[in-house]
Amino acid sequence: MNTRQLLISLWTMVVKEVRRFVRIWPQTLVPPSITMTMYFIIFGNLIGSRVGEMHGISYMSYIVPGLIMMSVITNSYSNVASSFFSNKFQRSVEEMMVSPMPNWVILGGFVIGGAARGLGVGLIVTLVSLFFTHLDLHHPFLTLMVVVMTALLFSIGGFINALLAKKFDDISIIPIFVLTPLTYLGGVFYSIDLLPEFWQKVTMINPILYMVNAFRYGILGISDIPVSGALIAIAAFIVVFWCLALWMLNRGKGIRS
Amino acid sequence: MAEPALSIRGLTKVYGNGFEALKGIDLDVEQGDFFALLGPNGAGKSTTLGIVCSLVQKSAGQVKIFGIDIDHDFAKAKYNLGVVPQEFNFSQFEKVEDIILTQAGYYGMPMKEAKPRCERLLKDLGLWDKRNGAARMLSGGMKRRLMIARALIHRPRLLILDEPTAGVDIELRRSMWEYMRRINEEEGTSIILTTHYLEEAESLCRNIAIINRGEIIKNTSMRGLLTELDTETFLLDLAEPLEAAPQVEGFEVERVDSHQLALSVRKGTDLNDAFQQLTRQGVRVLSMRNRANRLEELFVSMTSQPDAGSGIDSANSTPAKETAS
Repeated sequence: MNTRQLLISLWTMVVKEVRRFVRIWPQTLVPPSITMTMYFIIFGNLIGSRVGEMHGISYMSYIVPGLIMMSVITNSYSNVASSFFSNKFQRSVEEMMVSPMPNWVILGGFVIGGAARGLGVGLIVTLVSLFFTHLDLHHPFLTLMVVVMTALLFSIGGFINALLAKKFDDISIIPIFVLTPLTYLGGVFYSIDLLPEFWQKVTMINPILYMVNAFRYGILGISDIPVSGALIAIAAFIVVFWCLALWMLNRGKGIRS
Repeated sequence: MAEPALSIRGLTKVYGNGFEALKGIDLDVEQGDFFALLGPNGAGKSTTLGIVCSLVQKSAGQVKIFGIDIDHDFAKAKYNLGVVPQEFNFSQFEKVEDIILTQAGYYGMPMKEAKPRCERLLKDLGLWDKRNGAARMLSGGMKRRLMIARALIHRPRLLILDEPTAGVDIELRRSMWEYMRRINEEEGTSIILTTHYLEEAESLCRNIAIINRGEIIKNTSMRGLLTELDTETFLLDLAEPLEAAPQVEGFEVERVDSHQLALSVRKGTDLNDAFQQLTRQGVRVLSMRNRANRLEELFVSMTSQPDAGSGIDSANSTPAKETAS
C-alpha cells in the first residue's frame, strides 16, 4: 500500500472505532461521568471537607487529576479490549485480515480509537470537575503529553488482553483484579507521604502512581515522584507493549489457526 | 501464457492437535474461470480457502494469486482477492452502507471512489433500500448479498465464494447465480465456488476439483467429469399402481412405491427402448425426472467411504477441524 492508502485505511479504522463508542454512548460515555460525579460529591465535598488540605491544596482539587486519570486508564483499556474481542467474537476481524492493511495499521487504528474514548471521557470528567472546583493548569503541554501517552499505553494493553481472551470474562479480569486496585493504590486519593515508609517503597513499584503524579504535576504543580522519570517509564512501556502486541498480531495469536 | 488466478503447490496444513487437514495439494484456477471446489464436510475446502485469504496459517507449500506469492507480498496479492465466507462475519450493529464503505477504506480506497461503487453494488444486489439499517435487521439472504457486495467493493480479480447460497431460498439463489454469472462473464472476475448444492456447481462452473480427506481426488472440467457418469437413474411417475417392478430388458428397474419406478440407464443406451417395453406391458408413465443431480451421483460415488460423510444435506454444519472456515 502506498502512503495515501495507508492513511486512508488507518483513518477508516479510527472512524470505525470512534463510531462504535459514540453509537453506544449510554454504555461508554455516560457511566464514567456519573461515577466520577459521585466521587466528587462523596470524596471531594463530603469527606474532603473533613480531610482538609493535601500538599497545601484543597482535597477536592487534589483528587481531580487522579480521577481524570482513572477514567482515562479504564476507558482506554476497556474500549480496545471489548471492541477487539467483539470483532473476534463476531468474526468481523476477518474483514481486516483479508484486506491488504498491514498489522501495524490494524493495531494503530484500535489503539487510537481506544485513546480517543479515554481522552473523551477524561474531558467529560474534567468538565464535570469544574462544577466542584477550580483548576489551574500549571504545565499544559506536560499535562497533555502525560494523558495522551497514558491513554495510548492502556489502549495497547487492552488490545493484548483481547488478543489473548477466549471468552468475554477474560476481558474483564485485568480491569477488575489488576487495574482497579493499582489505580486506587496509585495515589489517586492520597499522597504517598501519608503511608509508612515500607508501604511507600511498595507503592513505588506501581506504574500507575507515576502516571497519576505526572498528570497531577501538570495540573497542580505538585508530585510525589520525579516527573521526568515518569515520562521515560511511560514511553518505555508504550514501546515494549506496542512491540509485543504487533509481534502477537504478526504471529496470528488468538486470531489465526 | 497468463498466470493462473490461483496456483497452489504442495499445500499442507497440520493443526495444533496433529490433524492433517491438507496433505500437499496442488491446484490451478485459470484467469476468468468459474471453478467449483467441492468436498464433504471436513475435507479441507475451507482450510484451503482460509490459507488463500490469510485466515489460516499454512504448514507448508506455495500459494500464488495472479503470480504473486503470498509469502513474498501478501498485501499485493490480497488486492486481487475478494472473499465471501461461509459464516456471517460483519458487525451486526453497523449500518449496511458503513460495512461496505469501511471495507473499501481497508483497501485504501478514497471515499469519493468508494461511495458510487457502493451505491451500484447495493442497487445491483437489491440492498439499496436497506443501506441505512443495521445489518442485524437483514434477512439471511440479504446478509449473504451484503457479504458479496462487501467482497466486490475493491474490484477483485478473484472472488472466493464459500457456500454463498447456504440457507437461501430457491428464488433468491437463482438471482444470485445470475449475478455471479454476470460478474464472471461481463467483468471477467475469476470465481472459486464451494457449495453443497451440486446443482449450483453444475450449472455455474466450467471446471471442478473434488477434495476429500485433505487430498484432491479429481481436478477436471465439469463437462469431462459428467461424461464419467456411467449410469443415470430416472424416477418414473405411473398412471396406475403396480404390485411389482416390470422386467425391462437392458435396464435395471426398481419399484419405489406403487406409483413410482426407478429406472437406471447406462451411458449410450436408447431410452426409447425402455418406454416401448413399458408400453407393451401396459405401464403408462405420466412424468419423469432425475433421481439425483448428475454431479451429485458422481460426487457421492467418489467421496462415499465408510467414515467420510457426504455432507450434501448438511450445508450449515461446521467441520470440527476447520475452525477457521
